[in-house]
Amino acid sequence: MSLLEIKDLKITFGGLDALSGLNFDINEGEIVSVIGPNGAGKTTFFNAISGLVAPSEGDIEFEGDSIVGLDPSTVTSLGIARTFQNVRLFPNMTVLENVMVAQHCRTRELIYGALLQTKAFKKEEREIRERAEEVLGFFGHRLIGYRLDQPAFALSYANRRRLEIARAMATQPRLLLLDEPVAGMNPIETAELTALIGRLRTEWGFTIVVIEHDMKVVKDVSDRVVVLDHGVPIAQGSYDEVSSDPNVIEAYLGRPVEAKA
Amino acid sequence: MTVDRFLTFIRVFLVTMIVIGLLAFVWQQIDADNPFARWRNPGARGLTGDQFKGLLISGLSQGSMYGLIALGYSMVYGVLGFINFAHGEVFMVGAMTGFIASEKFNDNGMWESNFLLCLALIVLMAIFFSTSLAVLMERVAYRPLRNSPRLIPLITSIGVSFFIQNLVLGLFGPSTKSYPRLPEWLSKQRSILTFEIAGTRLMVLVVAAASMGVLWYIVERTKTGKAMRAVAEDKEIASLMGIDVNRTIVTTFAVGGAMAGVGGILWGLMFRSVTHMTGFLPGVKAFTAAVVGGIGNLGGAMAGGISLGSAESIAPLLILEPLGVPGVSQLKDAVAFTVLVLVLLFKPSGLFGERLSSEERA
Repeated sequence: MSLLEIKDLKITFGGLDALSGLNFDINEGEIVSVIGPNGAGKTTFFNAISGLVAPSEGDIEFEGDSIVGLDPSTVTSLGIARTFQNVRLFPNMTVLENVMVAQHCRTRELIYGALLQTKAFKKEEREIRERAEEVLGFFGHRLIGYRLDQPAFALSYANRRRLEIARAMATQPRLLLLDEPVAGMNPIETAELTALIGRLRTEWGFTIVVIEHDMKVVKDVSDRVVVLDHGVPIAQGSYDEVSSDPNVIEAYLGRPVEAKA
Repeated sequence: MTVDRFLTFIRVFLVTMIVIGLLAFVWQQIDADNPFARWRNPGARGLTGDQFKGLLISGLSQGSMYGLIALGYSMVYGVLGFINFAHGEVFMVGAMTGFIASEKFNDNGMWESNFLLCLALIVLMAIFFSTSLAVLMERVAYRPLRNSPRLIPLITSIGVSFFIQNLVLGLFGPSTKSYPRLPEWLSKQRSILTFEIAGTRLMVLVVAAASMGVLWYIVERTKTGKAMRAVAEDKEIASLMGIDVNRTIVTTFAVGGAMAGVGGILWGLMFRSVTHMTGFLPGVKAFTAAVVGGIGNLGGAMAGGISLGSAESIAPLLILEPLGVPGVSQLKDAVAFTVLVLVLLFKPSGLFGERLSSEERA
């Protein structure tokens, strides 16, 4: 059984079909890239999975159960986490707090424990902190040390992207949705993050869906590529298959001008 | 632009008045019979050190109650982005609960025989009713308006405020209710570090500081507090972190309500009188305090309350009397709102800065 099944997904905004007729499965342990020109419906697809947008038709099943209509916080607690194309952190909270707050749905101590300073409360706070440091440690020295207590708005752009991934990791997902993880990064940072995406699967066991415009990254990380254009899937398969597909080339580059007699 | 000129004029005028008032005060302290005093206010005698200390103490204790109420305004503003004008009524309900309970205790003699137990009980009851009222308000009046423009819940809150005032008026009548007398050992004057301080005021200061400490701990150090701050910054992302946004908002109202309930009891014990209108002026002052400290900023709310309380207690005698303004002791409220005007003119984000959510920052 596949981890995520998309069945006839259709999303309409007013009269516009942002997505239609989307059908595909994501298997446990796969890295799937979703590509397509601007406005193809890639981010809408992520919004639908994470519960921010309700599908007009069709179904999304996670581990065999429909997640359509669930609250975003419930979807997260089932094990789906995501990042955003335009990084959305909690800018006034520190790096550490950003990652600690992401473990909210994995912990159960309530305010009473905090007021009474129970042992269970202290133990849990310690565990949350340790897990947060472990997740941040995945990015090497970049987010730990003195940066732990810096507010998120003080970070560099690339570090904000890394922190957003760390925060998604901290919700302990099974499925990780990355929306343009290398957008705006320089070639060295891009190469580094590409390697990290691979390690997210091998070391952390996440199944990953990536939206990406950088074709080198897509080629390096993905087992499978899905191409969307105007909300409709136009091709699916390995990178090589997809990149030579005439429909895909047309969607990206346009139709060759036919010679007129 | 005429508006700009007008604003500049107000700025210059207010600052000039404050500076002249302060200079006149200093001169008066040095030489009570100086030409300026003879011209403006020949009767003024200045302040002695003890008088000043007394004013400071009463300002601080009054201000820390404003601070406790201001926390509720600030927290709700931080999370939902609107001013809950009915928060003053939550405070009033706390004070009213305290009155009803303490009167019953007084009738059967428990108030005298076992005062500490009574005190604990009325505080718990006030917290319970204030918290329930704040949570109910959120559920009935504000949640259905969650996605409407911010002005709409604001206007609703004014309506809620009138509703609660009149409900209490209907239930308990318009008369002024008096708390029973406090035991002598608590209310007697004490002398601490040369400050003469009434025991009640001391209690207010201690309790307010403790409540603020507990609140700070909850917001900064616990999971619940982190969830509140996350919701304040970005509700959508907070829910994607697995945080139940509705529940967090309810918690915010509940904590603000509990603070107001504690404030209400302190107010009742200190002034010993409560009516259905008790919530109005302290509510508006606390709102002022929240703006003065920087709305959405909890430390700022408490500091704003304390500064506002001290200002309205000290400024009439320090600045207004040397200027020859008549009846200065009745100008407390005017001073408080002048402080609001000054802050809005010179530092609209408040003395300690507002906490902006991510959308506002971007």
